[in-house]
Amino acid sequence: MTTLDTRSEISARDKGSALAGFWRAVSSRFRLRFDSPGGWLRIVRTQAFRIVLVYVVLFALSATGLIYFTYWNTMRALDTQSDQIIEAEIAGLSEQYQQLGMRGLAQLIISRSMHGGQGLYLLADATRRPVVGNLDGWPQNVAHSGGFIEFDYERRMGNETERRRARGRTFPLMGGFTLLVAQDVHERYLMERLFTTTIPWTLGLTLLLGLIGGGLMSYNMLARLDSINRTSNEIIAGDLSRRVPVSRAHDEFDRLAVNLNRMLDRIERLMKGVREVTDSVAHDLRTPLNRLRNRLEAAIRHLGAQSGQAGELEAAVQETDQLIATFNALLLIAEADAGTARGTMAPIDLSSIARDVGELYGPLAEEKGVLFILTPSGHPTIMGHPSLVAQALANLVDNAIKYTPSGGTVRVGMSETPQFVELSVADTGPGIPPEDRSRVVERFVRLEESRNSPGTGLGLSLVAAVARFHDAELVLDDNRPGLRATIRFPHSVTRD
Amino acid sequence: MRILVVEDDLEAQRYLVNGLKEAGHVVDDAADGDIGLTLALSRPYDVAIIDRMLPKLDGLNVVAEMREHGNATPVLFLSALSEVDERVKGLKAGGDDYLTKPYAFVELLARLDALMRRRSPAAVKTKLQVGDLDLDLLTRTATRGEVAIDLQPREFRLLEYLMRHAGQVVTRTMLLESVWEYHFDPQTNVIDVHVSRLRAKIDKGFDTPLLHTVRGAGYMIRARP
Repeated sequence: MTTLDTRSEISARDKGSALAGFWRAVSSRFRLRFDSPGGWLRIVRTQAFRIVLVYVVLFALSATGLIYFTYWNTMRALDTQSDQIIEAEIAGLSEQYQQLGMRGLAQLIISRSMHGGQGLYLLADATRRPVVGNLDGWPQNVAHSGGFIEFDYERRMGNETERRRARGRTFPLMGGFTLLVAQDVHERYLMERLFTTTIPWTLGLTLLLGLIGGGLMSYNMLARLDSINRTSNEIIAGDLSRRVPVSRAHDEFDRLAVNLNRMLDRIERLMKGVREVTDSVAHDLRTPLNRLRNRLEAAIRHLGAQSGQAGELEAAVQETDQLIATFNALLLIAEADAGTARGTMAPIDLSSIARDVGELYGPLAEEKGVLFILTPSGHPTIMGHPSLVAQALANLVDNAIKYTPSGGTVRVGMSETPQFVELSVADTGPGIPPEDRSRVVERFVRLEESRNSPGTGLGLSLVAAVARFHDAELVLDDNRPGLRATIRFPHSVTRD
Repeated sequence: MRILVVEDDLEAQRYLVNGLKEAGHVVDDAADGDIGLTLALSRPYDVAIIDRMLPKLDGLNVVAEMREHGNATPVLFLSALSEVDERVKGLKAGGDDYLTKPYAFVELLARLDALMRRRSPAAVKTKLQVGDLDLDLLTRTATRGEVAIDLQPREFRLLEYLMRHAGQVVTRTMLLESVWEYHFDPQTNVIDVHVSRLRAKIDKGFDTPLLHTVRGAGYMIRARP
């Protein structure tokens, strides 16, 4: 159902949508996400903002200083001027007083008072009662200022009375009389007031404008950096095809972005190369291994499983299997390091994996007379590759059981701190001497004691590679006695 | 059984085909994806063994095409490709099982057996029986003769898998994948320990051993020794 809009409605709606469009255009220029950690506070933590802040504060202080200096000098000049007039008047009047006496002085004062102008005079007696002069009474609320006094007085202008400021000096006369000679300094007083209100406002306004300007500048810079950071995080998370956006400004950020993109191009090419090499190495090594095994198996079949030669060939097949196991482990390590499997990360519940691995290895431990304890704690979850993590844990548990003598204990535990999720396997075997701990994670390293037990020497290498794959750390400690191997996973990284 | 082998490495193909024929199967072979697909779609097979890397049409695409044409022949992928995520890709494309080269021939045979049996599913079973050993899948209990056997949940699953493949060789890798759902290589034979415990429970004290070790291959459960 359509309705007929009146003209005003149409124009209002158009205006509204025009306004909305304008707002959208403006705000799209500022594409900063404030949902990232730190939110608005990030603006003030930038270098740009800090520089602007320092500059603004310095500028404000110096501007204020300058204004204050000007003010102070001006005031002093004005005061000096009026003080000189007052002194001259007093000098003149006292001379007259000495010549003409009190009466003559009073006459003089009267005539000068009539004069108009800025001069203010008051002759008062010992009780401060006014005798002659153009001031109504002795000033109350007097402020002293270097021998001079300042006070307020009232001046009648027609029907209105005005409260004005004056500055003057007193001169004692005979008989307790006092002469007050002053100048109206109301204009100076107003200017003084102007300055004292201006200065704080100047300071405040400069700071405010500076802060706003600094904020805008750092916002802009953050937005540019943010887009670079966001893209980088996506790339780290596995999407190597992304590139950092380049604006048309041709400024330093664009140069940075262009260089980053060139680096990424190179990395992507290298990764592709690694992937191709891994695949072809896999294929080229596995094919002959496959054929080798096939031949041996065929020969065993044809000889008949009971003959002595079949025994020799079976031993050969076992060696081949050992070769294959080593090769597979090496390949897995290479893959984990190349990060080619990064696409299949999923949330993993470590306690569930630990339970499964524990359940698989439990009977084996029991057979050996080794006590196997699993202490699950909550459901610590990380983003990772489930089978790699399972394999790593299995390797650690396998090693632990293998090297722990009967009567010992293997303990699998996990814990969660605000920053990390830890998975640990501790045994009461011979442990690894501190000087060997960094060596054992290298490929093919086997310590003297275990040279003859079954194993490829790659178990810990794989665990280390899996840890690297997950940005985690493999820590080998003394379990006193025994070895305590901990994989420390950071909480899901890869957010802004 | 009729088996189709699609493998471009001629030597590997020869051993595979010969081995299968010696095991009593009827085997057709192809050396590239196009021919393999044509054969798969034009003749009935009980199972197809397809290599991932093939000239002309790659293994994944062969199977994808087969499935698109409504062909439901069970497919076992053979692959020399780096393992970690390739298995998932293979299964997603429509494959039923995945074996990496190099493989043990007995492993291959065991898995083929399992695939072929899967092809003809009987009505959903609630009971399994081998000799005088009965497994009730609903109550999750096992009895041999008159004696009730106490089994842990995992032991039950292990026994169930063996009994579903009664008379067939079941390899350690198959057990690891199906009963524990793990796709990695345990360095020591953890599976053996689980199986020997199970054997102690179901065979010890009874006349006829049902759980047999097949040397060099794996295990088998069957009534006759």
